[in-house]
Amino acid sequence: MSEPLLVMRGIGKRFPGVVALDGVDLRLYPGEVHALMGENGAGKSTLIKVLTGAYHHDQGEITLGGESVAFAGPHQAQQAGISTVYQEINLCPNLSVAENVLIGRAPTRFGRIRWSAVRRRAEELLDRLHLKIDVGSDLGTHSIAVQQMVAIARALDVDAKVLVLDEPTSSLDASEVDQLFGVMRGLKEEGIAILFVTHFLDQVYEIADRMTVLRNGRRVGEYRTADLSQLDLVGAMIGKELAALEDIEEAPRREVAALERGTPVVSADGLGRNGAIAPFSLAIHKGEVVGLAGLLGSGRTEVARLLFGADHADQGKIAVDGEPVALRGPQSAMRQKIAYCPENRRTDGLVEELTVRENIILALQADRGWARPVPRTRQDELVARYVKALDIRPADPEIPVRNLSGGNQQKVLLARWLITEPKLMILDEPTRGIDVGAKAEIQKLVVELSDGGMAVLFISAELEEVLRLSHKVAVLRDRKLVAELDNTDGLDTDRVMAAIASGGVA
Amino acid sequence: MIDLKTRPPLNVADRVRAIPVRQKYLPVTATAVLLALMYGLGVINYPGFSDTQIVLNVFVDNAFLLVVAVGMTFVILTGGIDLSVGSVVALTTMIVALLLENGWPAAVVLPVALLMGATIGFLMGLMIHYFDVQPFIATLAGMFLARGLCYVISTDSISIDNPFWVSVANAQLWFGGFFITISVLIALVVVLVAAYVLAYTTFGRDVYAVGGNPQSAMLMGLRVGRTRIAVYTISGLCSALGGVVLSFYMLSGYGLHASGMELDAIAAVVIGGTLLTGGSGYLFGTVLGVLVLGLIQTIITFQGDLSSWWTKIFIGMFLFVFIVLQRAVTRRRR
Repeated sequence: MSEPLLVMRGIGKRFPGVVALDGVDLRLYPGEVHALMGENGAGKSTLIKVLTGAYHHDQGEITLGGESVAFAGPHQAQQAGISTVYQEINLCPNLSVAENVLIGRAPTRFGRIRWSAVRRRAEELLDRLHLKIDVGSDLGTHSIAVQQMVAIARALDVDAKVLVLDEPTSSLDASEVDQLFGVMRGLKEEGIAILFVTHFLDQVYEIADRMTVLRNGRRVGEYRTADLSQLDLVGAMIGKELAALEDIEEAPRREVAALERGTPVVSADGLGRNGAIAPFSLAIHKGEVVGLAGLLGSGRTEVARLLFGADHADQGKIAVDGEPVALRGPQSAMRQKIAYCPENRRTDGLVEELTVRENIILALQADRGWARPVPRTRQDELVARYVKALDIRPADPEIPVRNLSGGNQQKVLLARWLITEPKLMILDEPTRGIDVGAKAEIQKLVVELSDGGMAVLFISAELEEVLRLSHKVAVLRDRKLVAELDNTDGLDTDRVMAAIASGGVA
Repeated sequence: MIDLKTRPPLNVADRVRAIPVRQKYLPVTATAVLLALMYGLGVINYPGFSDTQIVLNVFVDNAFLLVVAVGMTFVILTGGIDLSVGSVVALTTMIVALLLENGWPAAVVLPVALLMGATIGFLMGLMIHYFDVQPFIATLAGMFLARGLCYVISTDSISIDNPFWVSVANAQLWFGGFFITISVLIALVVVLVAAYVLAYTTFGRDVYAVGGNPQSAMLMGLRVGRTRIAVYTISGLCSALGGVVLSFYMLSGYGLHASGMELDAIAAVVIGGTLLTGGSGYLFGTVLGVLVLGLIQTIITFQGDLSSWWTKIFIGMFLFVFIVLQRAVTRRRR
């Protein structure tokens, strides 16, 4: 193996209150595709931004071709031969293809842009990518895949030695991904080092020669793709040795088969949204808890949002109690008695300045319409009941929600939806960031609710929790529902992780 | 190899749409068609309307608006707006009149006036870029400031009797029985220079890129800040030049000159097919937009029994139509 072309050593980067990167190493070899892996928040984006000069690192050094470099900004990094294609294509749709490839570097004579030279050069660069399109056409008229290629062509024009592709495939379909991979292989043969960031495990195994795994801002390790199984990769990303994961004692649970009789409360049939989640089918029955398992960014929240009507499905059908319905928005979902506790309770759920009572009453009030206020006595009665039932502390309904602990805030959010008496409750990470005691209480509550006949969709990053509560686990991977596992005695975290790693073929 | 998607066969309506013009030329083409229709209507309905001088008079009467609209086009192409132009025009007429009254030579007054306009534009550009102030707000401030300064100079109209000014104002360039004024010549030169800059210089292309997507433009390594500041400076400069041209036309400086003109300029640019969100449009469209506004006035004059307020009503109607048209075009593009 030749010398690495680019070496990042001991890179550290902190933001106020957060250590984003802590002593991270990265080596890129010429003519290799190197995958950068990690869950959302592991530090991939920060590392890329340091590499491309958008951020300055606090510690560590970067050497390119043996020489130490420090970039003042993206422009300098580009000059040095490090080109980046970002996830959201950063081009101008209103300009022609040729211009997008060359703007800022267009050849001029006496200050006049030589359009014929621009077109010729753009054609040459696109030729290298085997792309034949009219370079005079507007970029915006082309598909995302073509736009992505144009972005790569632009990146190559600066004589790139290192090409960083930040989630280039997230909005491409399968055949477009193949085209992109073809281009990547060609560039690899030309000796360019490619850093490939993606959530898609299959793609990594298809194209990458080597990978670096990050977790919580640290480097877990550098591996040759051939030496690391998908299962071990998932383990490295999540941060748990698979062997060390013990089975968790589970309370006796009603059989899925018994629950799944009759019409499901909510059933999705081929429901999907382009770029967010591949079409999936899922049925949730009365009294059933369905867990959603998958890595961060695998499409868990997207499923929840589609079922709540917060995003519009572009294909598929949804039925409530067997009746097909159109969820035009959260309001129509609420009318169908579907409730959704979002992932981020602070920004998406609670109004921190309002009191506990006001927060609890919000959804009910919205449901009734603002013209028919809930009478105050009725409010007090309802709130008192749920404050007691959920053991919200302090038990004073008139203090601002801001002053409550995370666990109690979560309970307020739950109470808000419970008083609307939903048929289906979607809980997106209800236990994240709250202490152990409150967590157990919320888990207990979920069990009670389902015993009482409510259907629950439970989303959590913690597999143990999902397994403890769910009757059925739906496994998501790469924005696709890949497996549906009945939570019988045989199911443990290993099997769920295997399903995540393999795409459900385990 | 990327397959460019064998397109499904087009129906007739799509074919009609697909053949004659590329979509990005559609708004400009629509304006051209509208202009031709209006002209045809005038020629049919009013005797004497077909006289070439009538068309030339539209230029003569709107030369200052054309100059100002050119500057506005730059600003709107970046996705901004400049509300200060009318006030800067008025302030320019005031300063020109004041300085000439005090015996300054025309050769000094001209550059001073232009520099003043460019400076106001430059300062607003700085505010917009460095302090991240909404263009609407920054130029609203500029608008009040400039208009207020007019009345500091004088609340009355100041007439201009400088011989150079008077001779330029009265000069008529005759050719083949028709004439234009020096102002028209100035406006045409400004249009040609600006069109060249937009189409053939790095700066011009940066203007389009910034209007298309400022974030992308920055990541592509373009100097977004410099471009932004430059367009407001250009708009200020054009406003001052427009003010000079107006002072040729009026031979006076007055704080009430060009009141509400910023809206005429914006209307001309929008009717000319430039997207208010930036990134798309042509200077040629702006010329057509100014002609549309001018021709409305001419037709209403010829009609004789309509009050001049009808001008506003027609401008309003056309604006609605064009904004809806732009929406439709941009929506299909996505």
